Amino acid sequence: MSSSILGRSGFHGLRALAVAALALGVAALGTGVAQAKTNAKEPQEVSFSFEGPFGRFDQAELQRGFKVYAEVCSACHSMNLLSYRDLAQPGGPFWDPKHPNISPAESPYAKAIAAQYKVPDIDPDTGDVIQRPATAADRFKAPFANEAAARAANGGALPPDLSVIARAREGGAAYIYSLLLGYEEAPAGMTVPDGKYYNPYMAGDMSSYWKGAKDKVPEGGFIAMARQLVDDRVQFDDKTPSTAANEAHAVATFLAWAADPHQVERKQTGIAVMLFLLVFTLLTYLSYRQIWRNVSH
Amino acid sequence: MSGHSKYEPKTGFERWLDVRLPIVRMAYDTAIDFPTPKNLNYWWTFGGILAVCLVIQIVTGVVLAMHYVANAGLAFNSVEHIMRDVNHGWMIRYIHANGASMFFLAVYVHIARGLYYGSYKAPREILWLLGCVIYLLMMATAFMGYVLPWGQMSYYGAVVITNLFSAFDNVIPGVGTAITTWLWGGFAVDNATLNRFFSLHYLLPFMIAGVVGLHIWALHVPGNNNPVGVDVKSKEDTVPFHPYYTVKDGFAILVFLLLFSWFVFFAPEALGHADNQVMANPLATPSHIVPEWYFLPFYAILRAVPDKLFGVLGMFGAIAMLFALPWLDTSKVRSMRYRPTARWFFFLFIAATLGLGWCGGKLPDDVVIPIGRDVVTGDPTGFTVVMLSRVLAIYYFAYFIAVLPLLGLFEKTLPVPDTISTPVLPKGGAAMLSGATASPEKKG
Repeated sequence: MSSSILGRSGFHGLRALAVAALALGVAALGTGVAQAKTNAKEPQEVSFSFEGPFGRFDQAELQRGFKVYAEVCSACHSMNLLSYRDLAQPGGPFWDPKHPNISPAESPYAKAIAAQYKVPDIDPDTGDVIQRPATAADRFKAPFANEAAARAANGGALPPDLSVIARAREGGAAYIYSLLLGYEEAPAGMTVPDGKYYNPYMAGDMSSYWKGAKDKVPEGGFIAMARQLVDDRVQFDDKTPSTAANEAHAVATFLAWAADPHQVERKQTGIAVMLFLLVFTLLTYLSYRQIWRNVSH
Repeated sequence: MSGHSKYEPKTGFERWLDVRLPIVRMAYDTAIDFPTPKNLNYWWTFGGILAVCLVIQIVTGVVLAMHYVANAGLAFNSVEHIMRDVNHGWMIRYIHANGASMFFLAVYVHIARGLYYGSYKAPREILWLLGCVIYLLMMATAFMGYVLPWGQMSYYGAVVITNLFSAFDNVIPGVGTAITTWLWGGFAVDNATLNRFFSLHYLLPFMIAGVVGLHIWALHVPGNNNPVGVDVKSKEDTVPFHPYYTVKDGFAILVFLLLFSWFVFFAPEALGHADNQVMANPLATPSHIVPEWYFLPFYAILRAVPDKLFGVLGMFGAIAMLFALPWLDTSKVRSMRYRPTARWFFFLFIAATLGLGWCGGKLPDDVVIPIGRDVVTGDPTGFTVVMLSRVLAIYYFAYFIAVLPLLGLFEKTLPVPDTISTPVLPKGGAAMLSGATASPEKKG
C-alpha cells in the first residue's frame, strides 16, 4: 500500500470500507457452506415449559421424567452428581410447597425413593462390605461399579453420566428429545457396525461407512444405545398417555432440571435484578441530566 | 493537571490524619475534585466500567475459591458442587464466568476508544503501556481461569496454548520442550498444571489491581484525553470529576450491568461451550477445540501462519503492536475526528479484527467462497477460512506498521479546534458557557 496514494483524500478510505464490508459479507455467506464433517441434524423444534425468562418446570412432568429415568435410563446411565434429597429441594420433582420447612433430606418422598435402592457401605462394627438401603443424602445409585464394568456390559461403549447431559450437549433438552425419538433405518448405502445404531441427531463422522457420493454423506452418526422409548414403555401415574413422545419429553425435562436445578430460581432472581437495575438506571440518568443541565458540552 | 490540592480537612480527625497520611486528600484530589474535560463522551465511561468488572471478578473469585478444589480428580465436581449445593453458588459462578466475557467486552471498547481518539500519544505513552500490561495480565488470568473447571475445553485449551511454547524447539532444539515441561510441571497437562494455574489465577488479579493503580496515577498526571484531542487550556474546559463524571459513569455502569445481568440470569451458558460441561478426558479429544470468544482473533492469526514458530510469534506480535503503537503513529493530530482518511483505516481495522474473530471460531479448512468440489472427497473447495485469516492478519499488522506511520506524514487533516470549548460554543454563548462552568461545584 503506497502511502502517497492513500494520503491524498478520503475517497480511498471509503473504498477501504467497501472492501471490509465485502469481506464481512463474503464471510457471512460462508457460514452456510462451511461445515465440519461431523454434521448432525439440527434438533427438532420442541417447546418446553422452562424455556425463556419466565419459564417454569412443570412439576408433574418432572415426576414423570424421573420415572422414565428410574425405570429405563438408570439401567445403564449413572447420575453421580445427584442425591435423592435433590429430588425434594425447592423446585425439584418432589418438592412439597405445603411443607417448606422440611429440609430436602427429611422429605418423606426423598426418603421413600432412596429406600428402594441398596448402596454399598462399610459396616462400622465389623468393617465388612455391606449393602444397606440408601438414605436421602446418598447419591443416586450407579448401575455399574466402575467404568470397566459399564463398558463390559455395553459392548465397549460407556453410557455417559446424565447429571449435566442437558448442558453438555448443544441443543440441550431439545437435543435429548430428538435423539431419543430420532432412530430410523440407516439410509441405503450405509454400513452400520455391529452393536451400533444409526441416529441422524448423533454427532459423528460416517464417511468411511458410506458407499454413496462423497458429498452426500447423510447427517448423523452411530450410537451404541438402541432405541429405548416406545409407546407404553413407562406407565405414568397421572393418566398422561404413555406415548414415546411424552416419555421423551418428560425425561428431557427431568434431565434439564437435573443439569441446572436452580434455573427457575435463577430466572426469577434475574427478573427482580433487571427491574431493580432499570429503576436505578432511570434515576441515575435523570440525576445525570439534572447535574449536567447547565454545562454545554 | 494534577495541580494544587484544594482539599480542606473539615474535622479534627481529618486534620490529624492529613499531616500523617494524606489519604483522604489523595482520594479527594483523584475522585472528587479532579478536573476532567467536559466533553468526554460515553466511550470514556468504560474505564469506570472496567474498574467495576475487576472488583466483581475479585470478589466473586475469592468466594469461589472457598469452595473450589484445585485437583484434577475433584475440580470438575467441585464446580458442580458450587452450582448445586453452595448457597447462591450458581449466581456467584455465573457472575464470575460471564464477568470474564464482560471484562473483555469492556476492555476491547476501551482499547478501541484509545485507538480512535489517539489516547496513546504524548504525553500518555506510559498510561497506554500500563494499559497494555493490564490487558496481557487479563489474558493470562482469563486463560488460566478457564482451565480451572477442568472440562474438555479447559483441558484441551491448556494443551494447545502450552504446546505453543514447544515451537521454540525450532530455534534451539530442546528448549521449547523444556519450557513446556516446566510450564506443565510434568510431561503432560495434569494435576500439577491445574494447581499452578489456580495459584497464578488467584495471584494475577491482584497484580492487575496494582497496575490499575499505576494506570490511574499515569492518567492523573496529564489528565484525560478527550474526543477533540486537544489539551485542556483553561478551567472552562473542565468540570470536577464529582459529581459530573461520577453520575455519568454511574449511569453507563448501570446500563452495562443490565447487559451483564441479562447474560448471568437468562443466558449464562450462551458464551460458553457445551464440551466444557464434560469432565476433562485426556483420551478423548473434542472434534473442534476453540478458545473463548475474546481470544478468537489471535487464535485466527496463530492458525493463519503455516509455520508454528512464526504463528506463535504472529500471535504475540499482534499484541506487541499495541505496545509499540505510541511510536508508530506519526500523526500530530490525536483524534481521528480530524483525520478523515485515518478514520476509514481505523474502521477497516475494527472490521478486520472482528473478521479474524469470526475466522478463529471456524475450522481452518472451512470454505468461505466455494469454487468447485474436490474430485476425491467431494468436499467444496475454494477460498478457505485460513486464507481469509491471512488477508485479515496482513491488514491487522499493516495498520500498525505501514498505515499509521506513513499516513501521519502524508494525510490532510481537518482543522483542529483551538480549545475543547470551541466546538461546543453556541453562537455568542461564550459568556453563558463560562458562567456555567466557572463554579460548577455549586450546581447539582
